[in-house]
Amino acid sequence: MPINPSVLKSMVAAAAERVVDHADELTALDQAIGDGDHGINMKRGCSEVLAQLDAIAAKPVGEALKAVGMALVMKVGGASGPLYGSLFIGMGKAFGDKPADMALLSDALAAGVDGVAARGKSTAREKTMLDVLIPVRDALKAGGPDLGARLREAAAQGAAATIPMRATKGRASYLGERSVGHLDPGARSSQLLVEALSPFLDAQT
Amino acid sequence: MSDNVSLVIVSHSPEVARGAADMVRQMVGDEVKVAYCGGNPDGGLGTDVKKILAAIDEAWSPRGVAILVDLGGAETNSEIAIEMLPEDRRGNVALCNSPIVEGAIMAATEASGGASLAEVRATAEELSPR
Repeated sequence: MPINPSVLKSMVAAAAERVVDHADELTALDQAIGDGDHGINMKRGCSEVLAQLDAIAAKPVGEALKAVGMALVMKVGGASGPLYGSLFIGMGKAFGDKPADMALLSDALAAGVDGVAARGKSTAREKTMLDVLIPVRDALKAGGPDLGARLREAAAQGAAATIPMRATKGRASYLGERSVGHLDPGARSSQLLVEALSPFLDAQT
Repeated sequence: MSDNVSLVIVSHSPEVARGAADMVRQMVGDEVKVAYCGGNPDGGLGTDVKKILAAIDEAWSPRGVAILVDLGGAETNSEIAIEMLPEDRRGNVALCNSPIVEGAIMAATEASGGASLAEVRATAEELSPR
């Protein structure tokens, strides 16, 4: 899987722009069960990533992912900054300076997801972004044809599965039973990233 | 006063952080250094890793720094800030799982008597719901 600087730039831009474009939707979801700042926070972080796009794309993949993570950590201003920061920094560390291939991408995503779980002291089925990231990680590991489409399917199912869940982590947990019936905003933002990035795999598989 | 553990107060709201710090100063006095911060990088409600690092720097004491936080993002951003400290400082900073205002006052009271960082943290955390 050749990730040259121009592909890398397109991937980072696509992911960040997709989140920025859906900021209002994320905020509306967060107003229902959180503190209503997920959209604006992610927009601030992703705008910073876009502002640094040329510098990020000039780095090797591992370093670029770490730079994305650090931009989110420094700019998001809410819990999602350290959480997404841990995802991308964890992936970047796993990439190191090794040449990117599908096996390494799969290992890197697994490392990033472990980072999110550790940072959030969370696991699957707690109505969080992990409910999208874990099935996407598993689908990537399984591989096979139409991989991009499978990842989107895993993300969509994972996000939808958060609707009936009762939150036990984050602000939504204060609502207890009242968190049931709402799509988790972090699961949705993770799904947006998968939607933006998975088409790049379609060209590879 | 650098003989005592010092405090950093991190709230989503700059006003809450400043108010809690004011209460500590009035009730405990100046023997315990208190730094505070609040607000996201744009100044709205939230927290900012850069501001937390600056507050840790401002409050720095060789005896240790106890951090009091309000909600989710304040905690995770403070954890990140601690991890970004130079290695020789990292172990000298502790995040306290306690209510922010009451925890700050209890922690400062304990610190003003010369208690260790572990004792300060334990005292603040006696207040947390179990």
